[in-house]
Amino acid sequence: MTGKRTWWHTPVAIGLTAVMLFPIYWMINVSFTRGQDMRKSPPNWFPVHGTLDGYRAVLDQQLPYLGTSVVVGLGTVALTLILSAPAGYAMAKLRPAGGGVLSFVLLIAQMIPGVIMAMGFYAIYLAVGVVNTVPGLILADSTIAVPFGVLVFTAFMSGIPEELVEAAEIDGAGYLRTFWSIVLPLSRNAIVTVSLFAFLWAWSDFVFASTLDQGGDHQPITLGIYHYIGNNNQEWNAIMATAVVASIPATVLLLAAQRYVTAGVTAGAIKE
Amino acid sequence: MDHTTRRRARQQWAAWAFLAPVVVYLIVFYAYPLYRNLDLSLHDYTVRSFVQGGARFTGLDNYRAVLHDPSFAPALLHTAVFTLTSLAFQFAIGMALAVFFRQRFRLSGTLRALFLVPWLLPLIVSASTWSWMLNSDSGVVNSVLHTLGLSPINWLTSPSWSLASVTIANIWIGIPFNLVLLHSGLESIPANIEEAAALDGARPWQRFWWITFPLLRPVSAITLLLGLIYTLKVFDIIWIMTRGGPADSSTTLATWSYRLGFGNLLPAFSPGATVGNLLIVLALIFGLIYIRAQRRQNQP
Repeated sequence: MTGKRTWWHTPVAIGLTAVMLFPIYWMINVSFTRGQDMRKSPPNWFPVHGTLDGYRAVLDQQLPYLGTSVVVGLGTVALTLILSAPAGYAMAKLRPAGGGVLSFVLLIAQMIPGVIMAMGFYAIYLAVGVVNTVPGLILADSTIAVPFGVLVFTAFMSGIPEELVEAAEIDGAGYLRTFWSIVLPLSRNAIVTVSLFAFLWAWSDFVFASTLDQGGDHQPITLGIYHYIGNNNQEWNAIMATAVVASIPATVLLLAAQRYVTAGVTAGAIKE
Repeated sequence: MDHTTRRRARQQWAAWAFLAPVVVYLIVFYAYPLYRNLDLSLHDYTVRSFVQGGARFTGLDNYRAVLHDPSFAPALLHTAVFTLTSLAFQFAIGMALAVFFRQRFRLSGTLRALFLVPWLLPLIVSASTWSWMLNSDSGVVNSVLHTLGLSPINWLTSPSWSLASVTIANIWIGIPFNLVLLHSGLESIPANIEEAAALDGARPWQRFWWITFPLLRPVSAITLLLGLIYTLKVFDIIWIMTRGGPADSSTTLATWSYRLGFGNLLPAFSPGATVGNLLIVLALIFGLIYIRAQRRQNQP
């Protein structure tokens, strides 16, 4: 606050972080624990007789689930970008009549619980015949990210100087060209933020997967873990190993793109 | 028509051409599912009529039935307890951490970033990890209680603890969100205001309570309201950890709606959709308050 450095801050902060991240440590520890040590009392605090059995089970059983999740994640990112980037450009630079109503609708849309959307989707998907399909799941997952995407693109593109856009128009560029060659290349940060969250949300989705893809041939990793637990499986090292693998995208994205994550958390809330 | 009006008209056409995909998308993938949901709640759908159509129109019968269902009052109470307890702890802990991390010290940025991890993990990962940590016989939490000389708790299998257990897990997941929002709110408060108070001899706690906290009120309101809207719809954690049980002791409106629609062998879509619509109304009330608060903050 006053910029004074005190020596005890860093150790205390490390302690607090350790407490906060303990469940994650525990997940990793259990993923390496041998089957016979699983119900030991007291439990092993470190993987002393570490085993890779859990990870072997992941390789044997979970790879198709992981593959589906990657496809669903990338599909959701593509769909979200295609829909939200042009909309953000229009909202930020073309002053559409009724734009205020639309951004209001988008804010409201973010608040509708997924469980309820799932029920409506199920009724429609059953009629159309896309229950248990990957495209159906991508469409449903994109509803989590599209309103957020439009709001982030709008906020970001509003910050692009008006002179740049006008200069392009004076040079004879149409709206499409201005969007494609001027605005979009300048919006790299927004593209990264939106893609990152769209991927993470699709990767983490359980509600839509468990309702719309329950009996599908291609199921995402969240259902892989759920089936593991549901089958009254006692091999917690395998369950936790799958959980560790399912956490990799979140961790990698956080390490590689931390400032975009923070930007995304605050974008939806603070800015309009 | 002069040049500027023609240009403006052209711009309007272009704007809505760029917006058209999203508008169509919102109608097909938001409005229509919600309409279908409303339609489900106003008819008596069976599995058969769900597929073939021709369900009987029953007006508000489903709503009457849900409100008089013996599960309704407990589900509403659990939703309120779960939401308010989660919010109170998430906010208090998030605020304390935000104030702490505001003082720049070695590794402060890195450690603050690590605090985000729980929020980014898939909910099923967090929920299953907590399930195993809270396991009655082999969980690490009971093992620690045992070391401290306390008797073990049936966290997930006793009706008196299940709601507390899912609330604890949810607080853990929500702390990072509160930390990030409150921290960025703190960053936007000019440091010289507090420095002036410090020069006037205000103690740190007084400075926080009389200066920082009031200045942070708009951000706090938005954080709490967003947290409220997000917590109302929490479903994954509860469903994965306890399935709303044992004996409905951790059932909220969200899990109840899901169980009615998808959790049983014989789905009850109409009551499920009805409970869901009641939950939407709740979320929208707070959503509108949130939008008002946000507007006010943007126009000081």
